[in-house]
Amino acid sequence: MDPIKLETDVLVIGAGGAGIYAAIEAARAGNRVLLADRSLIGRGGATVMAMMTVAVALADAAPDAPEFHLADTLASGRSLSDPEMARLLCEEGPDRIREMDDWGVGWARDDSGAITSAHAPGHDRPRCVYVDFLNTGPAVSKTLRKVLNRADGITRVGDLQIVDLVVKDGAAAGAVGVDIASGRPVLISAGATVLATGGLTRLYRRSSASSNMGGDGYALALRAGAELIDMEFVQFFPIGHLAPRLIGLDPIMWDPFRYKLGGLLLNGEMQPFTDRYGAPEDGRYVITRDTATYAILKEVEAGRGTPHGGAYLSFAHVGREALEAAFGPVIKKLAANGIDLTEMPVEVAPIAHYHMGGVKADPLMETAVPGLLVAGEAVGGANGANRLSGNAITEALVFGHRAGRSAAEFVASRGGQAPLQESDAATALDLVSASAAPSNDNVANQVAALQELMTRDVGPFRTEAGLKRALTALGRMAEDLGDAPPGRPGPFTPERTDWFDLRNMLLVARAVTTAALSRTESRGAHQREDFPGQLDEWTCNQAIALEGDALRIAVAQNAAAKLKAASA
Amino acid sequence: MTEIARLVIQRGSEDEDPRTEAFDTPFEPGQSVLDGLRWIRANKDASLAFRYSCISANACKECMLRLDGKVVYACLARLEPREMRLEPLADKPWLRDLATEIAPPGERMGAAARKETAK
Repeated sequence: MDPIKLETDVLVIGAGGAGIYAAIEAARAGNRVLLADRSLIGRGGATVMAMMTVAVALADAAPDAPEFHLADTLASGRSLSDPEMARLLCEEGPDRIREMDDWGVGWARDDSGAITSAHAPGHDRPRCVYVDFLNTGPAVSKTLRKVLNRADGITRVGDLQIVDLVVKDGAAAGAVGVDIASGRPVLISAGATVLATGGLTRLYRRSSASSNMGGDGYALALRAGAELIDMEFVQFFPIGHLAPRLIGLDPIMWDPFRYKLGGLLLNGEMQPFTDRYGAPEDGRYVITRDTATYAILKEVEAGRGTPHGGAYLSFAHVGREALEAAFGPVIKKLAANGIDLTEMPVEVAPIAHYHMGGVKADPLMETAVPGLLVAGEAVGGANGANRLSGNAITEALVFGHRAGRSAAEFVASRGGQAPLQESDAATALDLVSASAAPSNDNVANQVAALQELMTRDVGPFRTEAGLKRALTALGRMAEDLGDAPPGRPGPFTPERTDWFDLRNMLLVARAVTTAALSRTESRGAHQREDFPGQLDEWTCNQAIALEGDALRIAVAQNAAAKLKAASA
Repeated sequence: MTEIARLVIQRGSEDEDPRTEAFDTPFEPGQSVLDGLRWIRANKDASLAFRYSCISANACKECMLRLDGKVVYACLARLEPREMRLEPLADKPWLRDLATEIAPPGERMGAAARKETAK
């Protein structure tokens, strides 16, 4: 099948907050940009699902400075954050938040007109701006889409699944994908490529992000020759909705409730329990995500969980008036789901939420592959072993902006390139055109099996036995996958889309599991039952590269720890 | 308690004869039509085509289809213990089964490819 051929200066893969910002910034510098998304532009990914707040040291309503935000970010990262990446996030955050304000996002303001900040866990002061609790992500997405649609030079293409990057003469030169609507192969020639594909929440059974975040950018980067870092640190959101069954609401909706109203976290015996894990439940909301996740799952393990295997979150003491004043429309939606918060607690449990790890990059968002940039959650390093709440949208905007600018600079420095020929990408083009007999193995079922495996053996608690069992199972699943997608190319073939996804998910799952097995300590989001304490000698980052079919780990002392050691 | 919903689904694409296929789908009260469709994919037929992204939050607005002739979001429509007829949107280009091309025309591959040839 002849591929559809597209040419652009800058290819941006993924149209969430980071990708759209990168596209806008690259186009501002005069580039032609192709913004590709596997689903709809600005609708998939994580940004649109962000319920809450955006961390930024604006100092509008009260004194603050990026250095205080940085101190909290580094502390939350449990000494593993890359200090330069974290510094960039904190120092450029205010510029991006004000630019979003200029673009009309509508940050909440107090009576004096100052942008209001909420006080989120892990922060030393109120530092988290928002549009409206439960609506910050959608408002950020909508605003970016509006600016995107007005920008010159950006071609937007949805339903385009990128299957592999093309590296030519040692530099990123474009990508091969599938036009999902027709099934035709697509060959894209690009002067620079930005990966803005988000995280890997789809590796787990219960997750707070869109179903299309299966870590594909990490797999694309590995196969192109870039490195990944901190892959063992998967953030679980402690109070994801568990029961009763709820539709039409984001599973992380209880966070804004806790911000505004407190709310009590109770075990299956209706008793407070977080104090046993070093964080008293005093009705305020200060407990960090890694601690809360740990406490809830330990209670369940001890036989003190709720009927569905989580904890209770109770607002019964808050009262109907206060609930309705704070969350009127949501209270109605809850009633439609048969939930009356004044009468009953809900059940919550940790769900996969965010990935601290990602593609290894420098503060210019450059990877080990020239011309391959990375943006947003796909970037590893800034958040160490545990992300500070509110930093994800900030990171999307700041890193997206920086990646777009770096892509433009790379294109300018390199000059024009001849468009790719089919022969430059023969292997990937053959793969997307390949047909295999319809498989007896149901690929959607294999995705579900992978999610069960990762949830059980590579979730918040890990052991050597479980991680080794997972590696064996992942190897077997990779063999079962075969080397061609099932069926023939055609319009909207979900079994082929899942096959390409599973190929990526299995590689990324192996990277997470390999790094987790190697780290013989417990820190932040990585908790080893067989190595319960945090160890000084593990104040280092693990980088992973693909060599042939093998994953190679290199351990490097953390940059911040190195600085500390030098000044001591 | 597990109940059964019978989902009668329009299958096929422009190149194939249209047909309907019925799937008996177990569910618990409170689950959505999207939950039922995802169950069918994982347990009966992975080739069943329908759109969704955010799963259950009604944020992506991608899972629109016709239920008994009426346009709904599959993530908000409840599964019920009866026969439920599912069809693709009538006013969008049909791709396969319940999937239609719903991106704005300027954000589809066709527009990008035309731009390319016009250069």
